[in-house]
Amino acid sequence: MSERAVPTNIRMIDRDGLDALIRDLVGQGRRVIGPALRDGALVTGPVASVDDLPAGVIDHQEAGGYHLDTHGNGALFHNVVGPHTWKRYLYPPVRTLWSARRAAGGLEVMADDAPVPRYAFLGVRGCDLAALRVLDRVLRDDAFADPYYSASRDALFVVAVNCTRPGGTCFCASMGCGPRVGEGFDLALTELPCEDRHVFLVEAGSEAGTALLAGLPSEPADRAALAAAEARLAEAAESMGREMIPDVAQVLRDGLNSPHWATVAERCLGCANCTLVCPTCFCSTVEDVTDLSGAEARRERRWDSCFTLDFSYIHGGHIRRGGDARYRQWITHKLAHWHDQFGTSGCTGCGRCITWCPVGIDITEEAKAIKNREGRA
Amino acid sequence: MSLTAAADPMLPEPFGILRKRRELSDTFTLELEPLGGHRKFAFRPGQFNMLYVFGVGEIPISISGDPDDDGPLVHTIRAVGTVSDALRTMEPGGAVGVRGPFGSAWPVESAEGRDVVLVTGGVGLAPMRPVIYHVLTNRQRYGKVVILYGARTPEDVLFRKQLEQWRSRFDLFVDVSVDRATGRWRGRVGVVTKLIERAGFDPHDAVAFVCGPEVMMRFSVQALNERGVADERIYLSMERNMKCAVGFCGHCQFGGQFVCKDGPVFRFDAIRDIFSVWEV
Repeated sequence: MSERAVPTNIRMIDRDGLDALIRDLVGQGRRVIGPALRDGALVTGPVASVDDLPAGVIDHQEAGGYHLDTHGNGALFHNVVGPHTWKRYLYPPVRTLWSARRAAGGLEVMADDAPVPRYAFLGVRGCDLAALRVLDRVLRDDAFADPYYSASRDALFVVAVNCTRPGGTCFCASMGCGPRVGEGFDLALTELPCEDRHVFLVEAGSEAGTALLAGLPSEPADRAALAAAEARLAEAAESMGREMIPDVAQVLRDGLNSPHWATVAERCLGCANCTLVCPTCFCSTVEDVTDLSGAEARRERRWDSCFTLDFSYIHGGHIRRGGDARYRQWITHKLAHWHDQFGTSGCTGCGRCITWCPVGIDITEEAKAIKNREGRA
Repeated sequence: MSLTAAADPMLPEPFGILRKRRELSDTFTLELEPLGGHRKFAFRPGQFNMLYVFGVGEIPISISGDPDDDGPLVHTIRAVGTVSDALRTMEPGGAVGVRGPFGSAWPVESAEGRDVVLVTGGVGLAPMRPVIYHVLTNRQRYGKVVILYGARTPEDVLFRKQLEQWRSRFDLFVDVSVDRATGRWRGRVGVVTKLIERAGFDPHDAVAFVCGPEVMMRFSVQALNERGVADERIYLSMERNMKCAVGFCGHCQFGGQFVCKDGPVFRFDAIRDIFSVWEV
């Protein structure tokens, strides 16, 4: 590293520089969304200045467990992902698709023509940036495009963050999605809270990012800082406690009739937490909401989950009656069938489904269990 | 920036009901036309639309009309749930929302030059009727054409008059069976798969299209295989829950396939591995 020239697209900013970055994004008319502290969890919320960002908060995550702690160095990003995902902004949990009213001689359908927000996401981790690329394939770049997702996604500015401290349930390194962010960011930060100075390396990944970075109070990245960042990222990748088995797609395809599904079903509550915290789960349902007079109806789309019984209902009954079939649907879709459908895994190794499962079911462990049980069968 | 209506695949177009015909005690046919004025509704046999009833909801329904006809859009519907029940109560002059057409089609072109065997059960005859119309319009392009149909009782035989007309033609072989005979039924009794055994077609060159309840399709594939029809020449129309028809909602997943956009018509060898797995 030290032998190479310092890349010109990487600059160094301090806390004030980050503040200027946020204010510039706000000044562009963007809704800046970043980490926020709420109900004892790091979620996402509006950010207007660097002082809105929770400082010195670290998270402890384990299967079925999450709590926050404070850290003396005032670092802003020495934590990982919480229960919120970015999809809630681009593919909202509830959205009115259109409305309709009874009209003389028929029916009138009115498209939703509300302006699409111009977001800037601050603090997008490698796993979640990978998740945006996955959702792009599903909702924007396939045979049909969701107009709201496509428009808000295309207008999005991404300030990514390289993770230097992996969380307790992370396994992004084994999914090839982190801890260093992959492609698709406008700017990527690496936080270096040293004793003497709290700085961030900033790498531009797009023209918009380069332009914004040029206007910030910054200095050239020095070799020591770059080396420190590299070392931290390497250490983060090394210290991840979990990994997904590399042959998981084939293991699950071969394991559709495994007796292990019944074993998982004994623990799975079918609560749908895993699908709601997943950054790529896109399943939805639609519902008509009518006014009291019955003259107007709104068509609402809501997040749905393959863990509900109704999800697979067709006249005559439910296709996936058992919890075993529903867990199998979720994990095989995520890790095997997603490849058939979209040419990519649906999992980015963020670990949320492990943390937020009330009984601590671990997707990496279940994949291993299917493999081992198949091997013996 | 705002969304453009034309680009939104979730936005239905209002259609008026021109005519309604009662087919069976629970089954009816609607003829629809865009409220904006008549326009030929182009579709391929086996495709479906999403039909929306104001304030109630939206369901996938196969198109049962003639793909070569310029007339109205035709849907044959069995009332089995909230939306289909609501559709049954609608009358000419009413309006519904239509999105479509969606999905894959029966491969009527690649079947040319071969014997064509249609195996259908119950309301599964409706999505097959566009194939029958197409084959009859282009009859000289096909070998033997066999229509095998099974219904629960004689009272459940869909398109009965048409089936009788088709049976009276010399260039079609039509055989109908009911699970349970009632009244003056003097035809065949038993499952439709039994008809496959005795139908006259060349199993080594025939293409089979199968549409009906999943269990009926399962046994039909078995019977076709036993006659010597290879999996690569068998096509099925699958059914799953659908909320969007464009691959966003995830409900219709069938293993690695979306029934809405990869199906509903599948070549059997493409789904063979998952077709036999429980609760997929």
